[in-house]
Amino acid sequence: MRNWFKTEDVTEEISPEQRAYLTRLKLKKTVIYLIQILILIGFFAIWELLASWKLIDAFLTSQPSRIYHTIMNLYHQGVLFGHIGITCGETVVGFLLGTIFGTMIAAFLWWSDFLAKVCEPYLVILNSLPKIALAPIFIVWIGAGPSAIIAMALAISLIVTILEVLNGFLAVDQDQVKLVQTFGAGKRQTFTKVILPASFPTIINALKINVGLSWVGVIVGEFLVSKAGIGYLIVYGGQVFQLDLVMASVMILAVAAAAMYQAVVYLERFLIKR
Amino acid sequence: MKYHSLNGEIHALENVDFTVNKGEFVCIVGPSGCGKSTLLSMIDGLLKPTGGQILIEGQPVCGTSAKVGYMLQKDYLFEWRTILENIYLGLEIRKSLTKKSKVFVMDLLKTYGLFDFKDKYPRQLSGGMRQRAALIRTLAVQPEILLLDEAFSALDYQTRLLVTEDIYGIIKKEHKTALMVTHDIAESISMADRVIVLSQRPAVIKKIYDIQLNCEKRTPISSRNAVEFKLYFNEIWKDLDVHA
Repeated sequence: MRNWFKTEDVTEEISPEQRAYLTRLKLKKTVIYLIQILILIGFFAIWELLASWKLIDAFLTSQPSRIYHTIMNLYHQGVLFGHIGITCGETVVGFLLGTIFGTMIAAFLWWSDFLAKVCEPYLVILNSLPKIALAPIFIVWIGAGPSAIIAMALAISLIVTILEVLNGFLAVDQDQVKLVQTFGAGKRQTFTKVILPASFPTIINALKINVGLSWVGVIVGEFLVSKAGIGYLIVYGGQVFQLDLVMASVMILAVAAAAMYQAVVYLERFLIKR
Repeated sequence: MKYHSLNGEIHALENVDFTVNKGEFVCIVGPSGCGKSTLLSMIDGLLKPTGGQILIEGQPVCGTSAKVGYMLQKDYLFEWRTILENIYLGLEIRKSLTKKSKVFVMDLLKTYGLFDFKDKYPRQLSGGMRQRAALIRTLAVQPEILLLDEAFSALDYQTRLLVTEDIYGIIKKEHKTALMVTHDIAESISMADRVIVLSQRPAVIKKIYDIQLNCEKRTPISSRNAVEFKLYFNEIWKDLDVHA
């Protein structure tokens, strides 16, 4: 009588058609992957060749081999990882603080509808304000150093996080909320049992946005005040007309930013796919 | 019951007075938007009536109580919890997740064939099983009265009939008092001992039917074959006075 209670499962056997379909799918994936790598190699190869044939001025555009030597030089001077470490450290701290504080403030605003209504116009104004304009204030208040840079990264990511996460909290299905209330849940339990876990994907998304924003904040901060870090190398290279150094730093930056984004993606898979 | 909004107040319910006896299965039918769900929310203590009172075993309702279990329109199992963790939800909130209550839940799971699925996630279960898990979640806190708010309306028709049969069996087996709200006339006759028909908003009780069907071993599906079924259906249909 109860055989209709059955979970759906996929048949074990693979038919020839299914196999052909899977092969096609895999082939397509491989081709896309290959083309992506070819574009990357092609780009650097053409750049290198154009520069060595003097079709473009390597003094202005630099060239891959010189970038490589610049990076190796930094490495042999023993400062490469110091610069990378400082910038990555500032970014990680900035974006963690942004996410944690942003989520906490969003939680308070969710808690009190009254508070949220009061704060709304201020959040809107702060959100539309270009946060970079605040940099001089931070430098005066906090001093020209890593703290001001972190403050910059925090300022850029905080408001977006608050708005993003608060919207996530408010978008939780009201019937799920009603469910826990029928069990007698108060505001606190409603938050911990439903609102927070249901908003996890939103918070992870905020994390992804924050990584990018924190990089912006940190690099801008380093442009303005720092004596070390990737942003410092870029500005310094620009000032002394060493485009090799600028390009090398941008390359390092691209790799570091991509790596950090990937880390968040892995974190997401780990947390959500359980 | 009145609702207040900027556009004025809405009279949802007016002079709705009835009693549900212990162990009885009562259905409330009424046109959409007449305040059926409001009524259940008030009985559960989620809403405070603006006038009148609700008594459970002689005690006025104030706030949600462990005596009352509420089944919503969908199962609302949380995707981030396993079936077992979902079923523990009510116990966790009521802070009564003890060894004893865990044993009670395990027994329910075994009796109703969900034990092997307790560590699965909701998305891995069929619609019928999810509904059953939702009922066990409600039963886990050991309520005496069950409120069902269109509890099967999210299911497709075939599944709905089977789930109705299934859930009805469980409610009867556990000797629970049930009050169900629905707009499905056939469903109400097939399950209820009594059917209360509400009018358009502001809702008043239009009629109360004692459902007596001539059939052996009454279940929601067998009820539909009883001769009286059609008569009740026509009567209630007329009462509802639906204009297309």
